[in-house]
Amino acid sequence: MRRERVPIAVGILAASGAAFFILPLLGLIVRSPWGDAIKALTAPDTVEALKLSLVASLSATVIALVFGVPLAWVFARVEFRGRNLLRALTTLPMVLPPVVGGIALLLAFGRRGLVGSWLDSTFGITLPFTTAGVVMAETFVAMPFLIITVEAGLRSMDRRYEEAARTLGAKRWTVFTRVTLPLIGPSLFAGAVLCWARALGEFGATITFAGNFPGVTQTMPLAVYLLLGTDHEASYILSLVLLVISLGVLVALRHRWLGSA
Amino acid sequence: MSLEANVRLTLGALDLDIELSVDEAEVVALLGPNGAGKTTLLRAVAGLVPLTSGYVKLDGRVLEDAASGKYVPTERRSIGVVFQDYLLFPHLSVLANVAFGMRSRGMPSHEAAEKAAQWLDRVGLSAYVQDKPDALSGGQRQRVALARALAPDPRLLLLDEPLAALDVTTRAEVRRDLKRHLTTFPGLRLVVTHDPLEAAMLADRLVVMENGRLVQTGTPAEVTERPRSQYVADLVGVNLLRGQADHGSVRISDDSVIAAAAAESGDVFAVIHPRAVALHLRRPEGSPRNAWPGRVSGVEMLGGRVRVRVEGDVPLVAEVTPAAISDMQVAEGGEVWVSFKSTDVGVYPA
Amino acid sequence: MRLRVLSLLVSPAFLAACGSGGTIQGSNLSDYASVFAAASLTDSFKALGSAFQTAHPGITVQFNFAGTPTLVTQIEQGAAADVFASADTTNMDKLKADGFTSANSQVFAHNKLEIVVGAGNPKHITGLADLAKPGVIYITEAATVPAGKYALQSLASAGVKVTPKSLETDVKSVVSKIELGEADAGIVYVTDVKAAGSTVAGVPIPDSVNVIATYPIVAIKGTPNLDVADTFIAYVLSADGQAMLQSFGFLPAS
Repeated sequence: MRRERVPIAVGILAASGAAFFILPLLGLIVRSPWGDAIKALTAPDTVEALKLSLVASLSATVIALVFGVPLAWVFARVEFRGRNLLRALTTLPMVLPPVVGGIALLLAFGRRGLVGSWLDSTFGITLPFTTAGVVMAETFVAMPFLIITVEAGLRSMDRRYEEAARTLGAKRWTVFTRVTLPLIGPSLFAGAVLCWARALGEFGATITFAGNFPGVTQTMPLAVYLLLGTDHEASYILSLVLLVISLGVLVALRHRWLGSA
Repeated sequence: MSLEANVRLTLGALDLDIELSVDEAEVVALLGPNGAGKTTLLRAVAGLVPLTSGYVKLDGRVLEDAASGKYVPTERRSIGVVFQDYLLFPHLSVLANVAFGMRSRGMPSHEAAEKAAQWLDRVGLSAYVQDKPDALSGGQRQRVALARALAPDPRLLLLDEPLAALDVTTRAEVRRDLKRHLTTFPGLRLVVTHDPLEAAMLADRLVVMENGRLVQTGTPAEVTERPRSQYVADLVGVNLLRGQADHGSVRISDDSVIAAAAAESGDVFAVIHPRAVALHLRRPEGSPRNAWPGRVSGVEMLGGRVRVRVEGDVPLVAEVTPAAISDMQVAEGGEVWVSFKSTDVGVYPA
Repeated sequence: MRLRVLSLLVSPAFLAACGSGGTIQGSNLSDYASVFAAASLTDSFKALGSAFQTAHPGITVQFNFAGTPTLVTQIEQGAAADVFASADTTNMDKLKADGFTSANSQVFAHNKLEIVVGAGNPKHITGLADLAKPGVIYITEAATVPAGKYALQSLASAGVKVTPKSLETDVKSVVSKIELGEADAGIVYVTDVKAAGSTVAGVPIPDSVNVIATYPIVAIKGTPNLDVADTFIAYVLSADGQAMLQSFGFLPAS
């Protein structure tokens, strides 16, 4: 393939833009004390935080799939009043400061919250300071990524395949599970992975809604933040771990599903 | 036992209003130019587009009736559809595609797989059972689509431009196989096409549509011999005129009357084959009754013959030999005379 | 087009934006100081700052409040700080050892711990021992934060074993979670309880098991605003400054 010639100004600006993303990563790599990497990574608190992060982010992704896919389907397929408003509300956490999201969650699901007070008085369930609270905070912040990806997939798919399935006698649920879902597979996968990666990196909503306690609510990003105050080097290493995981996910995603150039 | 449809609906620029019936004894082809509403009519019969008014009945059972609001959803209609670009499920194997309809209707999976395999054998694709559709050629995909539509034993088979996506060489072969399957299929058969040759070869009766309306119906021979619209006349390649007949003459316009050896009277169509139209450089001798001067507006070669379009009081197409053209030195813009015998004019009521 | 883009890159505004190490700087260097202060000083230092500016017209003081260890990290990473007011001596010593202080630090206030509970004390907490009662949700600060470290010391001297539900990053988030009713009790500074007003209540911790927090202040080494920094520090230590701090519940420096 012939290479496109790059206008000089575009080239300079693009290179500066790229450097803006690469330099911070470089900073982490250069400043990390590689000799202590193993020690930092195997510290009990780190292992616990990593384990909790994985469990919570994967749970958040599963929950996002269960509720997000039907929501995306409704947004893509059903016309109703207030659809745009509802869609905006469900994607709001993407642009909301996560701390604000955490406060909002407290006001709804906290011990004195709209739903939370009822949960507490009826079932004795309180969500703040629990791992469930972490999962909720992560789901709140990450699910919008799944919703918009899946909705875009649903909108761009050829709906005539669904019609073909109906002419073959398939009922709505069969059409959805056997035709629609497989056909939007790539979007579904991409959405789930983006959602997971976002959940893994969640900080603000988690610390606000679920607090911070090792093994229960202290996820990797929280551990990194707290280590920054005491042990810079260890926090650099953990930051790198998070960064490498996310980078791996995004690169793999691009290759596997978005097609590589 | 039959399909009876009276379909009225508007969809974008299309205003569809047509009555259609299909009997067991015949294969019916819906023929018409692009945008005539053929596919929309087919989709309405399948229940994929709602009717504004009218009804669809299959074997006397109402599938949809706009007046009463009754609507049997697509998935509960006993139909099989072959779509123009087949719409084979890309994520399923060829076998699973063919088994899909039977599985959807509740057949156990092993039984459905067995029947699907039989169908694939019947269309000569046993070797491709486990392949994904995109591994197949266009002709093979068409056969999978046909097998998929036929496998659940539908009462009504709907085919939307079943050969349009194929290249010319494959088309002849696939058309032959399709013809065979259509002949042996025990239910009702309706084919949509814009290709008159395809329509004539596959169908026993043509339903010609233009702009959402029925313009003509009849056997392929009837339609070719007695075209009732400019579209059909163009397809068949004949000159079609319309006028008022009165004992051996047809008045085409205020200025032009043609002589025709026919006893019809009233509003009629007159058809003249281009081969019956002669070209002259001067006013023909013996002054035949049907002779007009005109200007050549188009010349094209067509399978060893040359078609010359002449504009004048009565615009006509003449078909002559290339030798005649070079003798006369006919070119676009040139002045010529056209003539034809009154016995070469076919006249029938409009 | 290309020329315009390049001229944008070298424009004064762009260069200025690149040069201003992350905090706001006054244009005239001699009438400005940037004060990095512990989160527990938020309310008192804001008031103190206004009073200082009134006493020294034309001088501007800008505050950056955060948990003490966060401030140390920011200063060590090159943030443009002129004054550092710490909530403990450990972090101050660390900054000094790393060579970022201009002189010896001076203690300007003390503080002590108190139990913070919801308004009206719904769980009837009377002392540290009650924090371990079943059904009481107790939260505190992470041990990296001075208040968290002091809370651990205080509980240890009282012989109380209690597992917190959360280790918050600073005293303010502990107070706000008590205010919101998510937690029942926490250990914070007396000054935090006072600052929160009627939304929470305080339960005193006896001096015998309490920890006295020491707040040292220092000017940062190499600052171009050393004069203003020293003037501000002097004001904090003055009778006016001390009176102001005590009105917020701090204990006198000496």
